[in-house]
Parts: sequence; C-alpha cells; structure tokens
Amino acid sequence: MADTITAAEPTRRDFLYIATGAVGAVGVAAVAWPFISQMQPDAATIAAGAPVDFDLAPVTEGAIVKLFWRGKLIFVRHRTKDEIASAEKVDVNTLPDPQPDSARVKEGHAQWLVVYGNCTHLGCVPLGHQGHYEGWLCPCHGSVFDTSGRIRQGPAPTNLPVPPYKFVSDTKITIG
Amino acid sequence: MKGHRIMWNKTLAAAGLLTAVAAALALPARAAESGGDSHGGAVPPPISWSFAGPFGTFDQQQLQRGFKVYREVCASCHGLKFLAFRNLADPGGPGFSEGQVKALAAEYKVKDGPNDQGEMFERPGRAADRFPEPFPNEQAAAVANGGKAPPDLSLMAKARTYERGFPWFIFDAFTQFAETGPNYIHAVLTGYEAAPAGFQMPDGGNYNRYFPGHVIAMPKPLNDGQVDYKGPDGKPQAPETIDQYSKDVSAFLMWAAEPKMMARKEIGFKAFIFLIVLAGLVYFVKKKVWAPLHDHPETA
Amino acid sequence: MEGHSTYVPKSGIARWLESRLPIGGLMHSSFIAFPVPRNLNYFWTFGAILMMMLVVQIVTGVVLAMHYTPNAKLAFASVEAIMRDVNFGWLLRYMHANGASMFFIAVYIHIFRGLYYGSYKAPREVLWILGVIIFLLMMATAFMGYVLPWGQMSFWGATVITNLFSAFDEIIPGVGTWIVTLLWGGFAVDNPTLNRFFALHYLLPFMLAGVVILHIWALHHVGQNNPTGVEVKNVRKDTIPFTPYATLKDTVGTVVFLLFFAWFLFYIPNYMGHADNYIEANPSVTPAHIVPEWYFLPFYAILRAIPSKLGGVIAMFSAVLILAAVPWLDTSRVRSASYRPLYRQFFWVFVLVCIGLGYLGAKPPEGGYTIAAQILTFYYFLHFLVILPVLGLVETPRRLPGSIAESVLESTKGGSATAVSAGPAGAVASPQTKG
Repeated sequence: MADTITAAEPTRRDFLYIATGAVGAVGVAAVAWPFISQMQPDAATIAAGAPVDFDLAPVTEGAIVKLFWRGKLIFVRHRTKDEIASAEKVDVNTLPDPQPDSARVKEGHAQWLVVYGNCTHLGCVPLGHQGHYEGWLCPCHGSVFDTSGRIRQGPAPTNLPVPPYKFVSDTKITIG
Repeated sequence: MKGHRIMWNKTLAAAGLLTAVAAALALPARAAESGGDSHGGAVPPPISWSFAGPFGTFDQQQLQRGFKVYREVCASCHGLKFLAFRNLADPGGPGFSEGQVKALAAEYKVKDGPNDQGEMFERPGRAADRFPEPFPNEQAAAVANGGKAPPDLSLMAKARTYERGFPWFIFDAFTQFAETGPNYIHAVLTGYEAAPAGFQMPDGGNYNRYFPGHVIAMPKPLNDGQVDYKGPDGKPQAPETIDQYSKDVSAFLMWAAEPKMMARKEIGFKAFIFLIVLAGLVYFVKKKVWAPLHDHPETA
Repeated sequence: MEGHSTYVPKSGIARWLESRLPIGGLMHSSFIAFPVPRNLNYFWTFGAILMMMLVVQIVTGVVLAMHYTPNAKLAFASVEAIMRDVNFGWLLRYMHANGASMFFIAVYIHIFRGLYYGSYKAPREVLWILGVIIFLLMMATAFMGYVLPWGQMSFWGATVITNLFSAFDEIIPGVGTWIVTLLWGGFAVDNPTLNRFFALHYLLPFMLAGVVILHIWALHHVGQNNPTGVEVKNVRKDTIPFTPYATLKDTVGTVVFLLFFAWFLFYIPNYMGHADNYIEANPSVTPAHIVPEWYFLPFYAILRAIPSKLGGVIAMFSAVLILAAVPWLDTSRVRSASYRPLYRQFFWVFVLVCIGLGYLGAKPPEGGYTIAAQILTFYYFLHFLVILPVLGLVETPRRLPGSIAESVLESTKGGSATAVSAGPAGAVASPQTKG
C-alpha cells in the first residue's frame, strides 16, 4: 500500500530511513558503552594498585611469604642454596616453558624469588615446598612447579609469572 | 434545554470549587510566609557561580584556593571522608598535578595495618588514600567540640538547602538552578553577627543570620586576611576577605560533593544534540509513513 | 482481536520453530499486525514510554546492584563510591534515581489519560485493574528503592511508612506491632530491614514486569480504546497495523520523553530528590521536614489530613484502591470525556485537586495546610464516590461519531483538501451507538 503511493520519490525516502536508522544505531552504541565500562575496575581499584613496599628482612631462609598487590596473591620465597642450585642446573630446553632461572630473579639477588601465587592452569594456590621438585604443587589439578616457579609437570601451560618489582635496597623491594 | 441548564449549574459549581481550592492553598502559604523567620534562617543571597547553568565549569584557581581554606581552617574539625587525595588531580577538579598530590598526601598520617606483629600503625598517606578523619569517632568529635560533632563536609554542598517556595521551585526546573547548597554555605560562613537585643543565646551558641534557628555551635571560623592567597609573584591572587574565602570554599565543597559535574554537563550537551537530531529524524519518518493514511483514510 | 494479517514463517528454521513454539506468530500478531485505532493521539504513546522506563530501571538497577552494598554500615559509602569511582557510576545512579521520577510522571499521565477517555470501561475492567496492581507494585518498589542509599530521608521514610502498619493495633491490639517488627526484622529500622528491602527491591520489578505482560495481553485481547471511545467496528477502515504506524509514533513519543528525561538527568539531577538524603542515616536525629518523594505526596497529604492514625492509613490506601472500582463507579454510557461536557470539567478539577494535594503533602502539617488538605481529601473521595456515579445519570453526552473512521474524516475535512477529495469513507451509515 505505502509503496504504491510514495514510489514517486524513493531516494529521498530511503535516505531518511537510512539516516534515522544509522543515528539510532549510534545512539544505542553510545548508551551501551557506560553499561559495559562500569564493569571495568573502578578508580579506587586502579588507584589502590599503586606500588607497595615490602621489607625482606624478616623473611628467613627457606620461608615463603604471601602478600597481595592489586588484590592478587604474590609469593616471596627466600631460597636456600640447594634450591637455587637445583633451579639453575636444569637444562632449559627440556622445560615446557623454557626460561633460565636468571631471567626470573634480579641480578645479585638470586636468593629472592618473587612470583604470582596463582597456578597458571586455572588459578588455584599451589602449596609450597611440595611436589617432586620441592617448589610448588597445585592441589587442584596436580601441576608441579620447581624452585624457580617454573612448570615441570601437569596441565599448567606456563611458569608462574614474575610481577614487576625492583630492589630499593638489599632488604626492601617495591612491587608494581 | 434541560441538559444545558444542568451543565451550566455544574460549571458554576466547578468554578466555585476551584476558587475554594485556590483559596485554601493560598491562605496557609501566606500565613507561613509572615512567620517564616521563626523556624528558619534568612534566605541566603544568590551568588553568581562559575559552575551554574548548562555550560557551567569549575574555576580551577578558585577550587585550589577553596581547598587551601578548607585545609587551613576547616580541616581541623571537619572531615572530607569520601574524597581521596588522588581526586585532587582528577579531571574536572582543582587540577593539582600528580606530584603535588603525592607530596600533599605524604604530609598526612594514615592509619594502616595490622602489620606482622598484629599492630595497627601510622604511615605517610598515598594518593589512593581517603582524607583521614580529624577525630577517631563521632563521640570523640562531639566531646572535643562542646557536645556537637562537626559534620563531614564531603557532601555538604548537596546536603544543605533552603526552601525556594512557590513559584520559584517551578522556575528552577527551567532555569536549572541547582546552587542552593553553595549559596547556603557561603551565607552561613558570612552570616555571623551580633545577636539582636533580647535574643536568648544558649551556652556555646553563636548567632548566625542564615543558620536555621540562628544558633550555631560553630564559632565564627573566618576572618579577613586569615588565609594567604599570595601567588608566586607575591601578590594576592584574590581578595583575602571573609566573603572571598567563603565563596572559594563553597565552590570547593560543591566540587567535593559533585566531582563529576563537568563530565555530566559535557555528556549532557552531546546527549541533547543527539536526541534533538534523532527526534527530528524520527518525526519526519513518522510523518512520511503516515502521510498516505491521511490522504486516503479508507485504505490501510 | 482479529488482526490485519496472519504470520507466515519465511525460512525453514522459522517454520520448524513455529510448529513447535509459535512465538513468531505471537510476536507478529502482537507487535506487527496488531490493529491499532487510527485516531490515537500522542497520549497513547505513554504505554511504550512506560515500557522503555521499566527497561531503563531494570537495566540500570541490575548494574547498580553490582556496586551497591546492602549493609547499614556500608550502604551510604557504597553509593558514594558509585558516584565517585565507578566508571559512569554517576550517570547510572542518576539515571536510576531520576528514572524513578520519570516512570511516575509517565504513569500518572497514562492513568489520567485512561480516566479522561474512559479506558477503564467495559470490556477493559481487567486491563484497568491490572494497571492498578502495576501502580501498587511501582509504589512499593520505589519506596524500598529510596531506602537503599541509607540517607536520612531513606531511614526516616522507612521508619514512618513501616510504622503505618502499627495502626492495626487499633483493631486488634498487638497485631500492628507484630507486623511492624516482622517488617523490620528487629526493634527498629536497621540492617535487617535494609537487607530485605534490597532483596524485595530487586524482586518486585520482575513481578511488575510479569503483570505488565498480563496488562498487554488483556489490552491485545480487548483492543485499544481511542479518543472517541467508540469501539472498532470495521478493522479495515477503523484501524491500522501496529507496525509501522504505532511503532513509529511511539518512537517519536519516546524520544521526546527522553529529551525531557535528559534535562533532569544531566542538568538538575537532584531537583527531584531531597538534600537530607545526602546525610547518612542517623537514628537519633529526625530531619526537620520529612516528606516522601514527590510521587507519593498526594497520598501522604491524605494520610495526614485524617486526624486518626488508623483512619489516615485507611484513607491513604483507599485513595489508591478506589481506582480499581472506577469501572463500576462511572455510570456513563459514553467513554470519552470529549463527548462528556460535564465530566470533562470535573476531570480537570480532579486533576487540580490531585496537584493541590501534592503541594500540601510537601508542606508542614499545621494550621491552614491541614484544613486545606482535609477539604481536598474530601473532594478526592467525593469525585469517585459521588460525582462519577451521579454524572453518568444526569449528563447529556454529545453525539458520538458513527465510527473511528468517520471521526478521522471529520477532523481532516476542515483543513485538508485531499481528505475531501478522498470521498466519503462509507462509515457514516451507522447511527450513534453505545460506546
């Protein structure tokens, strides 16, 4: 019905329809954005991610200390000489995620290993000083990490990542 | 004919009732006006704020001065608990630099903990921290201030108002007047004066022209020349007067209560342009689609 | 109602689905082919506007619930965190808070439109009563939502409104107190109250949405009323398909309403609110003037106008519930006020009375204000209980058009030459009939 009557000027009509549809689509997209963006970390969460200082002095040799940065768990491990040696002597090429121990610690501070504390498989917290390599053993699905936090056996695809940090002094690090 | 008679009578009745309604509404309003001052303060004088109206923006210099007044005068008793130091560097605010904010935060002591020994400890503030409160709890604040805890100022500019009354409250919807809060704060800060003769002033009270009931617990907080407004050139950036201090701190508190105001008005303007264009387009589409109906009402 | 056309699934998948769940046909007959009286004015777009507002409130509400904390110690601060820290949090919260006001503005226009055009008359009584239920659910939802920010008005509003139920003590001693304690989950409005109000505030809108579906179902079963109040006689001549005609008109109305919404949302977002609600709840200090949100003011005025506690509560609830009886209180044969010269005037007086009650609801309950509220409350009930029934008996309505098509022709004849050339619509034949 409508077609037969307005067919005389199809182009102007079509342009109006397309323009309206396009403007409407832009509006829907513009309105959708705040609803998606609100799910991103809010300003307080981002600001709380400011670097935190951590004092290493109280951490005895062989101990693993847990701390949080940006709500994420971090292990600080004071490694023994044996643990350092076993981490360094591995043939890197045999590893599932090849990485030398030296790339995972700061130069001159090999006794300090700082890694994120969630298994790279599905996020459980691995248990320290356990598993075949006496690094970590994840209780959920059996991933085994060595004393450098590298994946050696099990379903985890990668090594425990190293968070950004630096030594402020010999006994103090800043994470973040 | 009979129908007309009834209709006419009913019209009269309706008109009479309308008049009665109008009179009933108007009478008490007038009665209340005459005695208005008894349970309130005087109406605050209107101030011309930079942030009023659809294109209003905060004056960064004014907010910085206002923050200085807050810090040097108000902060010893009044908290600002919903604000974090980082907010001072947020867009649409006083515009301090990240470095300034960091340095400023470090001047404050912030309670943190517990540490590994299970003890709470104090450390220098960080940008992410909220402003520490001046008193550990409300009771402590009350005891230290003659029995009345000084209110937190984070939302003061939105939490205080005064009655606009008919018909002003209707006009306000059209003129977008939304500055009763800062008007009121400015009025109270400048409204200290000697109590009129015969005024019964309770102990610890101060007379204020604009405070509801006129008896305010807070002693006169501001004096001319109290806060240094000197810029790098050694000259004052604004008059060092009670009036100017009050305006500046009111503006600062407006920002503190509504820190996203500038973003709101900017997005609002875009939304308006968009909606007007869309309304126009949709209207013409509707008109076009409906046109054949009007020409040939019998077809559909 | 019989539609303009029937749905024929085009693709194989659609045919497969249609034979198992005829949802395509349902949607098609409800929102595409549904016959709409061709003479609807823009007051009929408020159904679509309300639908949009319900969606806005549910979507923004769900999002706000992701950031809000229903705990008496944390609620106020969590709302401030939404306003200050959450990305676009200020926008979402102001949308939700002003959205509630917009929802009520739209629903009041919708209700008064129904009252003006007699949309509650047979066969639309159930449709109307479902609307009253939606209105009640809206009020309950809005009230509980206003408690959630846990400001001074939230707290004292919750205290005053829940205490209404203690009026039952005047009927059976102890019952009112028992109900109030049950509502509070304690011996005062406190954390348990806030927590359950949050749960119910989240639940009720979905119940409301369910009743909305019934409301639309009832509407589509009996068909829409229209400004003449004359029933559709010939679907082909009197109606047009919902899509594209009504959909486009609804879109125009909706966008214009959004402009109105945006004015408040972006420029005066606290205009409809109360300054006191930016002060955290304090059980030891009541604000000087406690008043509900504007949309409750007329009912609040009625509550305060009655000097007895129980009487006030009964009057207030009756003021809402009496709407459900309107289909039977109005005795007129004619639906639309356009053809009821007397009712039309009383309608506008009633509108003014409602506005007057709203104004008085915001005023302190003293002296002349109370007397004025009592007069207007009396008139409010007089309108429903006396004026409506009597008017229908004594009023002489104007001659109704023979059909919707005829009324459309009459209105276009004056200005448009094309309408005249279109010739008689063939609808004049039927004489005036009962509306």
